[in-house]
Amino acid sequence: MEWVQTIAVVLDSAVRLSVPLLCAALAGLWSERAGIVDIGLEGKMLIAAFASAAAAFATGSAWAGLGAGILASVMLALVHGFAAITWRGNQIVSGVAINMLAAGLTVILGNAWYGQGGRTPSLEGPARFPDLTLPLGAWAREHVPVVGTLYDEVVSGHAAPVYLAFGCLLLTALVLKRTRFGLRLRAVGENPAAVDTAGISVAGLRYGAVIICGALCGLGGTYLAVSQSAGFLPHMTAGKGFIALAAVIFANWRPWPALGACLLFGLLDAVAIRLQGVILPGIGQVPVQAIQALPYLMTVILLAGFIGKSTPPKASGLPYVKER
Amino acid sequence: MSATPIDLPRWADAGLVPLVSVAAALVVAGLVVIGIGESPLEATTLLLRGALGSAEGISFTLYYTTNFIFTGLAVAVAFHAGLFNIGGEGQATIAGIFVALACLWLAPLPGILLVPLAILAAAAGGALYGFIPGWLQATRGSHVVITTIMFNFIAATLSVYLLVEVIGKPGSMQAETPEFARHAILTPMHELLAPLGLKLPATPLNSAFLLALAALVAVWALIYRSRLGYAIRTVGANPRAAAYAGISPARIIMVAMAISGALAGGLAVNEVMGVQHRLLLDFTAGYGFVGIAVALMGRGHPVGVGLAALLFGVLYQGGAELSFDKPSITRDMVVVIGGVIILFAGALDGLFRRLVAGLLRLGRPA
Repeated sequence: MEWVQTIAVVLDSAVRLSVPLLCAALAGLWSERAGIVDIGLEGKMLIAAFASAAAAFATGSAWAGLGAGILASVMLALVHGFAAITWRGNQIVSGVAINMLAAGLTVILGNAWYGQGGRTPSLEGPARFPDLTLPLGAWAREHVPVVGTLYDEVVSGHAAPVYLAFGCLLLTALVLKRTRFGLRLRAVGENPAAVDTAGISVAGLRYGAVIICGALCGLGGTYLAVSQSAGFLPHMTAGKGFIALAAVIFANWRPWPALGACLLFGLLDAVAIRLQGVILPGIGQVPVQAIQALPYLMTVILLAGFIGKSTPPKASGLPYVKER
Repeated sequence: MSATPIDLPRWADAGLVPLVSVAAALVVAGLVVIGIGESPLEATTLLLRGALGSAEGISFTLYYTTNFIFTGLAVAVAFHAGLFNIGGEGQATIAGIFVALACLWLAPLPGILLVPLAILAAAAGGALYGFIPGWLQATRGSHVVITTIMFNFIAATLSVYLLVEVIGKPGSMQAETPEFARHAILTPMHELLAPLGLKLPATPLNSAFLLALAALVAVWALIYRSRLGYAIRTVGANPRAAAYAGISPARIIMVAMAISGALAGGLAVNEVMGVQHRLLLDFTAGYGFVGIAVALMGRGHPVGVGLAALLFGVLYQGGAELSFDKPSITRDMVVVIGGVIILFAGALDGLFRRLVAGLLRLGRPA
């Protein structure tokens, strides 16, 4: 049963690596479904990672960190909303600005507050989310072959934000598909004029989506700094916001396929880490960089229409101007 | 760019609006400085003295300016065609690989051949890497913004792979190529001006600065005085009208992205051939993104781009000196200022136009 253990370990790290992607992808999905293109996911995760690590260090509570992370990320999201919704500015330009702002601010503040080259001091004890053990793990591992091991290794034993992220996925799928708010929100991304004619506030719905987007990025960033690592490191998001963007495109702007895309990208990452220096029979040593570049390459190929088809919400990226 | 245009006189639109947004951005930066417990006035004095207070400071400022002229022009040319090229980093990275290969492989050639060939290689590498997203948008409908983001990451991983596994210097702990031959590098400005009796301190400023000035003039001539430039601006203003007038938007998109990429390649010429004399990992150091701020501030016009590039040159060099004197204010402050300028001059354009319109009305006798 050696191979079951190996597979379980790889899957476990795939889940861990895909959680920040999942949060950011859901964030992007909410925003873009409402017609606001957001390439500032990276920046919002980064600022959340910093704010959460700083708050967790100051208070000694991981949950306070989560609150601060979400707050910081929502603030940035509101800046994006102010530019994109109220002033009908270019959403891509605004997203680029947010990424730069976050990259600069986190290093400056981190350096000024802690003097460790932009890092926060490392978090210990209750300042980090502990791994939760789900019931029956050890029992299942012993008594149920394969599935039990997978349950104990892959499903159980993650920190609270991981389960929160999956809860958010469930909620996103339900709210978008089954509720009035979700229906209206999707409508605003397809045809804002129709929503406006029905007497519903386009700006209100879009601000709502942008705030939800900020909160989800906040969760993702907090997971990175307070759960996965023991503190903030400069530029620690390292392109995850953009991979999440790729996952949204891959998933055709739908929640469950987004989970699939994030798990796939997480798995690629986990495999890349394990393959470092390993020589495969017949292929030789696979360059790790080739696997790291795969999500980006696949997105380009998908967007070019060589595999499947991607159809973004019709009004995404377009500011809404009321007819006079 | 804003959905409800507010009528402003042309001088106010081209001069006052960017100026107000830059001033506002500097105020925000000042608040950050206060936030970390330093004095903004003292910081500004140190910054300006560091950037403009000595011949050495000015030389460093112009060296940074060179980078920003290239990346700013790259974004500006794409803007004129209605395209948002955020792939400057990736295009410069590929240009860097091309220029390094040219300098290493063609080393037996004499300098008079090698240097122009290497510069052309940089332009070709950047142009190719800009052309592909352009081609994908023109023929396959994938948006340039998304593809150039992805291309930035692909270029970064490719350069890691090449520098670590293929063309890296054997036995070096750093990911870098061997140093180029002496005749494969651009002449530093202090050597270039020495025969004229001008004594400059040794700085990274090199003849790529002259190339950047030439690029400013060339882009101005291209955009405002050539048939192609007219086509580019027409496609940018209204692709359907352009098609009706017999201009192929698809062709213009590809050409404009290739020119944009070639200009981004200038960053590699300055950094790789002019300063480092070898290919290093991440030599682009975010200059490509600051180019967006430069282009937005300069309103896409070469004169504006030149001035905005100079401003960022001052901020970079002054910021470096400042962080030397005040370790709590790192050079990342420039990234923040760049971000705020992009936000104010690009995305919140409408707000600032409204503010300026209000100011002008105040100044007018009722």
